[in-house]
Formats: sequence, C-alpha cells, structure tokens
Amino acid sequence: MDKKTTTGALIDVRGLTISTKHRTLVSNFNLRMNPGDRVGLIGESGSGKSMTTSALMGLLPEGVSASGSIQLAGHPRNLVEATDRELQKIRGKDMSMVFQEPLTALNPLMKVGPQVAEIMTSHKTVASKSAAQARAVELLGSVKLPDPARAARSYPHQLSGGQRQRAMLAMALANNPGLLLCDEPTTALDVTVQRQVLDLILESVQERGTGLLFITHDLSVVANVCDRVLVMNNGQVVEEGDTGEVFSNPQHPYTRGLLAASDLNATDADGRLFTVASAASYIPPLAEAQPVVEAANAEISDLREHDQAAGDTAPEVPSLISVKDLTRIYPVGRSSLFGKRSEVHALKGVSFDVAAGQRFGVVGESGSGKSTLLRILAGLDQPTSGSVRVAGSEVAGAKERDLVQLRQQLQIVFQDPMGSLDPRMRVRDIIAEPLLVPGQKVDSAKHRKMVAEMLGSVGLPADAAERFPHQFSGGQRQRISIARALICEPRVLVADEPVSALDVSVRAQVLNLLSDLVDDYHLTLVFVSHDLGVVRHICDNVVVMNEGRIVESGTTEQIYDSPQHAYTRTLVNSSMSLRNELALR
Amino acid sequence: MGIRLLINLARFVVTYVIATVAVFLFMRAIPGDPAQIALGVNATPELLAKTRAEFGTDRPLIVQYFDWALGLPTGNFGTSYVTRQDISPLIVDRVQVSLILVLLAMVLALAIAIPFGTYAAVKHRNPSGIIVSGISQVGVAIPNFLAGILLVVVFAVGLGWLPANGWTPPGEDFGDFISRVVLPVLALASVQGAILTRYVRSAVMEVMNEDYLRTARSKGLGKLESLIKHGLRNASIPVLTVTSVQLAALIIGAVVIERVFVIPGLGSMLLDAVGNRDLLTVQSVVMVLVAITLIINLVVDVLYTILDPRIRKGA
Amino acid sequence: MSAEPVTASSTRRKLSVTLLVGSILVALVVLAALVSFVWTPFDPVQAVPQDRLQGSSVTHLMGTDRYGRDVFSGILYGARITLLVGLVAVGIALIIGTPLGILAGMRGGITEEVTMRGADILLAFPALLVAIMFGAVFGASTFTAMLAIGIGSIPGFARVARSGTLQVMSTEYIMAAKASSQSSWRIARRHVLPNIIGMVVVQCSVSFAIAVLAEAALSFLGLGTPPPVPSWGRMLQESQQFLGTFPMLAVWPGAAIAVAVLGFTLLGDGLRDRFDPKLNGDR
Repeated sequence: MDKKTTTGALIDVRGLTISTKHRTLVSNFNLRMNPGDRVGLIGESGSGKSMTTSALMGLLPEGVSASGSIQLAGHPRNLVEATDRELQKIRGKDMSMVFQEPLTALNPLMKVGPQVAEIMTSHKTVASKSAAQARAVELLGSVKLPDPARAARSYPHQLSGGQRQRAMLAMALANNPGLLLCDEPTTALDVTVQRQVLDLILESVQERGTGLLFITHDLSVVANVCDRVLVMNNGQVVEEGDTGEVFSNPQHPYTRGLLAASDLNATDADGRLFTVASAASYIPPLAEAQPVVEAANAEISDLREHDQAAGDTAPEVPSLISVKDLTRIYPVGRSSLFGKRSEVHALKGVSFDVAAGQRFGVVGESGSGKSTLLRILAGLDQPTSGSVRVAGSEVAGAKERDLVQLRQQLQIVFQDPMGSLDPRMRVRDIIAEPLLVPGQKVDSAKHRKMVAEMLGSVGLPADAAERFPHQFSGGQRQRISIARALICEPRVLVADEPVSALDVSVRAQVLNLLSDLVDDYHLTLVFVSHDLGVVRHICDNVVVMNEGRIVESGTTEQIYDSPQHAYTRTLVNSSMSLRNELALR
Repeated sequence: MGIRLLINLARFVVTYVIATVAVFLFMRAIPGDPAQIALGVNATPELLAKTRAEFGTDRPLIVQYFDWALGLPTGNFGTSYVTRQDISPLIVDRVQVSLILVLLAMVLALAIAIPFGTYAAVKHRNPSGIIVSGISQVGVAIPNFLAGILLVVVFAVGLGWLPANGWTPPGEDFGDFISRVVLPVLALASVQGAILTRYVRSAVMEVMNEDYLRTARSKGLGKLESLIKHGLRNASIPVLTVTSVQLAALIIGAVVIERVFVIPGLGSMLLDAVGNRDLLTVQSVVMVLVAITLIINLVVDVLYTILDPRIRKGA
Repeated sequence: MSAEPVTASSTRRKLSVTLLVGSILVALVVLAALVSFVWTPFDPVQAVPQDRLQGSSVTHLMGTDRYGRDVFSGILYGARITLLVGLVAVGIALIIGTPLGILAGMRGGITEEVTMRGADILLAFPALLVAIMFGAVFGASTFTAMLAIGIGSIPGFARVARSGTLQVMSTEYIMAAKASSQSSWRIARRHVLPNIIGMVVVQCSVSFAIAVLAEAALSFLGLGTPPPVPSWGRMLQESQQFLGTFPMLAVWPGAAIAVAVLGFTLLGDGLRDRFDPKLNGDR
C-alpha cells in the first residue's frame, strides 16, 4: 500500500503470522506470485500449510487470527485487515479454492449445476440466473465431465469422486480468478483419477493464465505441477526456490529428509529406504537426469537377488496361500419386502498362489475387491464360491473353531493408525490380545515378557506398554499395530495399506521396519496397496486387481516394466514417482 | 422412492397390528372379566352370563380381538362396558379438540425454535447466544403443566386477561375459542419450543462445521447467506427427526394440559375412563393416540425422501 | 503427525459450567432426599388443621398446605419419591435396553431388525401413556409408575447402545480382534462396552430427567404415588385450587421439579461434551 512494489505481482504476502491465543501456528510467511505462476506449498500434517491457505482466503476458524500483509492484484487494501464484506467480493471472484474432500465440500442437498451457477450469480458476473445455469453446464463441459447437462442436474452423491472434484474445479474457475488455491485436491482420489485431475488443473490454469498455489504433502505431485516450491515445517518456510533446484539440491536438512523419504526408488547401502535420519547420505535426483526407470530397476533387482534368492525358483516351493476361483457376491441394501435385491460382485473369480517367503503385492484402486479379498484371507468373511487355503487349512466354509488355527498363522496390519487400536485399552493389552484365544492358557507373566520383547522389535520403548494409544504419533501407533500382529508368531503377515495414512517421513521408517521384520521372522508378506511405488519397493511378486478380477500378475519387474494389460498400463502410467516427475519436467 | 414408500407403509401396518395385539392383551386379557368388573362381586351368575352375552365377552378372546381391531380403522370402537354408550362419536369429537391443541402448539413451537435455535448457534460464543441457549435450557426443565399453572396465575388470576379454563369449539364462537385456546397452546408450545430450540441449535452448529459451508464462504457468500442457503436445509433433516418424536410427546403432553385447563379432549376422556375403570374406552383411546403417533412417523419418513436426495435414490 | 506424542490437553478439558451446575443441582436433590430420612422440620404426612394455609414464616419456611402440612417437609420427602422412581425406572431401562442394543449392533441381521422394530413399537408408547395403561389395569401406585416409566425408557437405551455399538464394530480394532479369534462375548466386554459406556451414562442422565418429568406428571394426574405420601406432582395438583390466593403453593413444588429436571439435563449435556468433543467450539 505504501510503496507500489505490488505492481505486477498477483499476490504479495509479507510477514504473515497466524496464531491462536496460546500459540503461533505459522510465523513470518512470505510469498510473492506473478500472474500465471504455479507454486507448490509442501508440508506434512501439522506444518501449517492449510492454515496459511485459510488465511489467504480470509477464512480462518474462530479463535485464530492473522497479522502481516496480503496484497492481491487489483485490491489496494491489505487483505489481513479487510472486513469480511470486502473479502466476500474477492472470494470466488479474484481468488478461489478447491478443497481436499470433494464429497463433503459440496452441498449434498443441492444439484451440482446450481452450485456452480451460484458462484456467478453471487458475484453478478453473469446477466441472469438462467445465463448462470447455462454457463454452469458449459463449465462442467470444460472440465471434461461426460454429459455436462446431466451432471448439472445430478446431486453430488450421484457423481464419482473424480467427477465431483472436476465440478469443484469448474466452480472455482467460473469467474476466471487470478489465483486458484488447491488444498490437497487429489489426495482423496484414486491413482488413475488423480493423474487425470492433475492434468486438468494444470491445463486449466495454463489456458487461463491463472496463478496456482498448490498445497500438498506429495512431492511428486509438486514436481509434476509446480515451477516453484515452498517447503514448510512447524509453521515456517524452511526452503523456497525453483522446483528442480530445490529437489535436486536441497539446502535445508528438512527438505533433504523429506526428499529422501519420498524417494522410493533410492535405497541406502543396506537396501533400505532413506529416512529423515539417514538422509545425509541421500543423493537427490538431478533435474537433468532422465534414465530413472532403468537405473532404479537395476537397484531394485539387485536388492531382490541378495534378499530373496529363493524367490525366483518358485515352482518347487509349495504355496503357502492358494486361492482358487474365489467369488464374493454381496446383496445390496437392506432386505426389502418387495423389490428384488441387487447384488455387488466384489470378487469375480480370483486365483493366485503365494509361495512361502514371498513378498506378495496386491495392487488396486477403490472398488477393486482387494479389501474383500483380504477379509476372506483372514477368515473375517466367507466367499460365495471358490477355495482359499492358508498354511494348509481351508478358509471357505470353515467353522469358527477351525479358523482359530488359521488366524494364528495369519495376522493383519491395518491402514488407519487411529482406528486400529482400541482407545480405551493399554498398549500392553492391545498387543497381547492375539494371545487370548480360546483353548490357550493365559500366563500373564509370560505375556508381559512377550509384549516387552515385541515392543523392542518394533523399536518402541518398554514403558510404552503402560500407555494408551492416543499418547503416540501415527507412526508409533502403526508400530504397535505391527507388534500386535507378530506376537503370536504368524507365518503370514497381511498388510492393508499400512503406510497410506502416514506422513512421508514416517512412511519410510515403517516400511523399513516391516521389511526387516519380514526377514527376521521369516514371514510371508501379503501387501495390499493402491500405491504402486510402495508395492514396487517392498514386493517381489504382484497381482493387479480391477473390478473384482486379477487383470495381471507376475514379478514386480514384469508388471512395472512391461505391463501387458491395458488397465495395468494406465495404472503404471498414472502413478507418480518423484524421479519420473522430475525427469519429465 | 416408490419402493421405500411401500416398505414404510408395510412397516407401519406391521407395527400398528402388533400394537393393537399388545394393547388388547394388556387391557382386555389381564384385568379379567369385564362383566364381573361392571357388576361387582355380588352379581348373580345369571346376570353375569346375561351381561357377558350383551358385551360379547362370552366369545373366545381371539374373536373379540378381531371384532375390536377390525372395527378400529372404520371408526367403530364398540360400546363402553361402563357407560353402555357407543364410544365412536365421542372419540371423533375429542380427537378434533386434541389435534387442534397439538398442531397449534407444534406450529408455534417451531416458530419459536427455528429462529432462536439458529440465533443461538450462530452466536454461540456471544453473550446473547449463550443467554438464548440458557433460557431454552431452563425451559426444557419445566413440565408443561407447571407452565400452564404459571400462565394461569399470571394471565388469568393475576391480570384477568383470559379465562383460566374451559373450551369453546371454533365453529361455535371463534372469539371465545381463541381466548380459551391461547393459554393451553402457550403452555404446550413454550416448553416444546425450548426443547426444539436446543435441537435446532445443535443441528445448526453441526452444519456450521461442514465443509460445504466453507465452500460456500469461499465462493464469496456471507456468513448468514451461506448458512441460510446451504445450512438450514441440511440442518432440517435432524430437526425433522426430533420433531416427529416431540410431536408424539406433545400428544401425550396434551393429556395433562387438558386436565389443567379442563378441556374436553382425548386426554380428559382417557383419564376419566381410567377413573371409571372403563377399560374398553381406555383401550380404544390409547390405540387412537398410538395410531396418530405412527401416522406422524410415516409422514415424516415421506418428508425425508422429499428433503434428502440421497435417500430418494437408494431403496 | 509429527513424532511428538499428543499431550493430555485433549483428554483433560477445562471443567465445563454445564457439568458443574448440573452436578450441584443433582447433588441438591440427592441431599434433600437423604436429609428427609433423618430429619424433616415437621411430619410431612400428618394433617394439622389449625395450621392450614399459612404463608412463609420462620417455623414453616415454605408455608403450609390446606391440611396444615409443612410444605418444606413435603418437598424434602418428595425428593425421595422422585429419586426412587427415577433410579428404578432408569435401572430397568438400562438393564434391558443396553444389552439389547449391543446385541442388535453386534449381531445385525434378523436380531437387529426385530430388536429395533420392537423399539420402534415401544416408542409409540411414551412412558406417560404406558403409565396410564398400568394405572387403568392395576391401579395407581409408585410401583406401577416406576415400572411404566422404565418400560417407556427402554427404546432410548436400546437405540443409543446400538448406534454406539455399530460405530465401534465398524472400526479396525474390531477387525483386528476378530482376526485374532476373539469371541463375541470378549469383544463385547473388552471393546464395545468400554467404548460406549460414556454414551450410556449420558443416556442415563437424560432418561433420569425424563423419568422425573413423567413421575411428576403422573402424580399430578393422580396416577402416581397415592396420598398421603408427598410427591411434588401431587403437591402441584393440589395447589391448583388456591392459585388465586396462595400461588406460592404451586411455585415450591414446581421449582423443585424444575431443579431436578434441569440438574439431570445439564449433567447429561456436560457429560456428553466431555465424552464427545465434536461440538466443542475450539477445534
């Protein structure tokens, strides 16, 4: 306002500090963007990145206040000091936002068309209500929704996740804002959809010359989308610069750690993933380097050989898990009195074998049937037809009594570090739970010793036993979950998306731990995930599932390097790895 | 939507039938012989037999049940064992009085609850919001008959503005009807309004935390504008649920209020019948009250499907 | 999610005003009932015709009624009836409703359908209506009132327990428990019950308030505790004919009922905030 330094800048944020009554959430945040700039704001949960975007929109939650200055092109006023009425004129017109969860971000009781039209009528950027409706359909078409007129007449729940996010984007872009804020817009989406939506965002902002501020925890997404990047940690920007520059030559140890932990293609001397702790010896990808695919594969197959010499001579090894023609049909909805029941075919004839000692990956997006498969493997659900043999016992049609045997052989690590541990139980009791099976004597002293040993194995202090789950971080909770799974010394460990709810820096640690334990305890690992990068790192054999079928199976190299099935190809092409995205820039 | 409606209708019928069986068994089978009750312990066997034949209670219970239950939907409730009068015209008369009371009270209660509840939610951090919320909290704790008594003390006895009790049908003398209906309706509605205010408040507060309200704000809508355009309809769904439950409570609440204000509604009829041990009348009035409650539930379920497209789709 | 453990701040919240006021009011009612066992200023039952219809004085703090009985003594004694009816009614509903709800939530299928339809049917019979039916068949007594209110309160407990159980059963820790062959009984005892107990306690408090209201209404209608045992509802009913002359006769029992109901509602609300921080203002 005082000096005309803001000329030319789209947005100029200086010394933005956000705090509650008791503590500072973000301190001294600076950002200057020119029209058309694409800036990535990277941070893990709790870094303050979402608070920052809320402050830019002037939508901080009650009890949180901001100071500093935000200058937006075309507005002389410092937005931090602007009244809500002034901000209302800016929000949705000069600056708009796309949120993470498209289902909850749309009003469930209002059709999509009117929701898109509303942003135009409320800013009077169109002549009339009917013009706004017509324009809304146009916009829905421009974000490549099939049959936009129909989409406009639909309620949000009638669209898929990707379609909803497209509608959100159409809404955000309706008034041609100079600045688009995207807060983890693709995190809730499937891999293939994520790629499409990212491409769409990129295309849309490039076409219109819109400035993009992209908030995410995912470094490969930033590498794909943004020219410039800000790295945030604990409310402070620790590093800023050109994306290629920052990613290939990180200056701050936190950035280096984050990069190292995100890079699933790089391993240290012991074949382990880099963690924040071991990041010093990590060599960041070079911006100019291209031969990622080959190099990375060489590393991985090396690793595989010294790790798992027996894996390749599979035919002689008897299979530990054998699944034949498995189908599972669910009736949908409640049993109605008159209408005929509709059915969902969750599994449509799935067959595969897992040899003892294998690290077996199951890859698929939501709705692929992988969760159903997992439930059946663990004897938590019965197949409609087909057979499942685990360690010699048949799961299909087995009685609860017989399943007890099976479950001693097969244990699961779950996805949600919050929800998989009973909040009312002490860690000691949580870990010891699998020992309390019918027909086994309870020996508290022995249990106590076993729990202590298990805690040691997963790298938690012994006093953790007396504490409650909420006293631990996500990564620690996942360690507890692993300890619980391994205490009864199973032969098979099933991991259900064990790292997808974790921050990147924690992810590498948990994967390394899992990897070590599989070796130490001679486990057979079944690893279920939507994340190809993770599966690629940890598994030697993979099946790809889509719509209840296995569309392709083979060794990890085969699947990743020469995918045969069209779906596998889409999946491999859609999934992002840091190195690839950097090389493709 | 059609299937959902059919399922609800079927549920209604099943629930209703079970309720008739339960009420019949409880009121008719447990107490024993109505003839004995009507005539007292000193009745001669001949007289008893004659009375039983007259009442039709000499037939098997199952026949009596069907006789009674099948008469209900047609408005044929049978003849009282005590007054020897046909119950049906009485009930028809009294239902109108009770329904007028209950519906007026509900409309007024909602008219109080929706604005005040929303206000208390929006201003939940301000003193004014906390005061509204506090008043509603105290209101919830006051039984409606106490509210009625207090209203009488102030407006009838103290100020003498309105009559303390009595009833005039609206068709007869509308002015008198109004003057007599004000206090009982106010007694029912003030307490009910307080209860609903609390539900509206918590529903609106819940909605205020929803992502789609943040979206609306990020579109450039004002706080109040986004709440009215996007929030209230969403909030109305949980409020509708409690409204149906509260409407049922109100029907029973009216029984007591009718006693306070000496109003000839279903409640007074029920209580008089209890006093006279006129069990067939009790049985029939109870069934009418239950049927009204069940019909309300059915209607509310239809309203759901209209309000919420997510239900409309799935059946 | 950084490495630092979540501090106790999320578990130990500041003492809420609601909870405090609720507890104080409930304590007041309980105290009145307890005191009445050892001491009341006058015999609450014995008529003293020469002292009839006196206003407040040092001897008769709240005055006397038309039979000359001390109102304050009646209020103290009435607390006993109120609490007794509330306790027994909530006890009945708790013992029957909660296990049914847990069973419905854990078993699903037919069990759930039958239980919840049953609850729906019972819901069409509010406590007061059941009590009137009981009164008609068995005659009015404290016992029928307690029983009827208890039966009428069952659906509330069944519903709360069921919805809590469904929430718990959908979590991954239940999957984990099943995946290590824990029996349904053990899952119910070790996982479900500890996690829904908060909701059930809240329901107890809310139901207690409803029971107090219903008991007052029943006594008011003459279908509750029969005379001469004092109960707040009947004291209120008896005051009706003196509204023009001695309105305080209505105010005292009315206030007593309101205090008891307010206490239990506030206690319930306070406990709910404590167990379920979702609606709390800050985050």
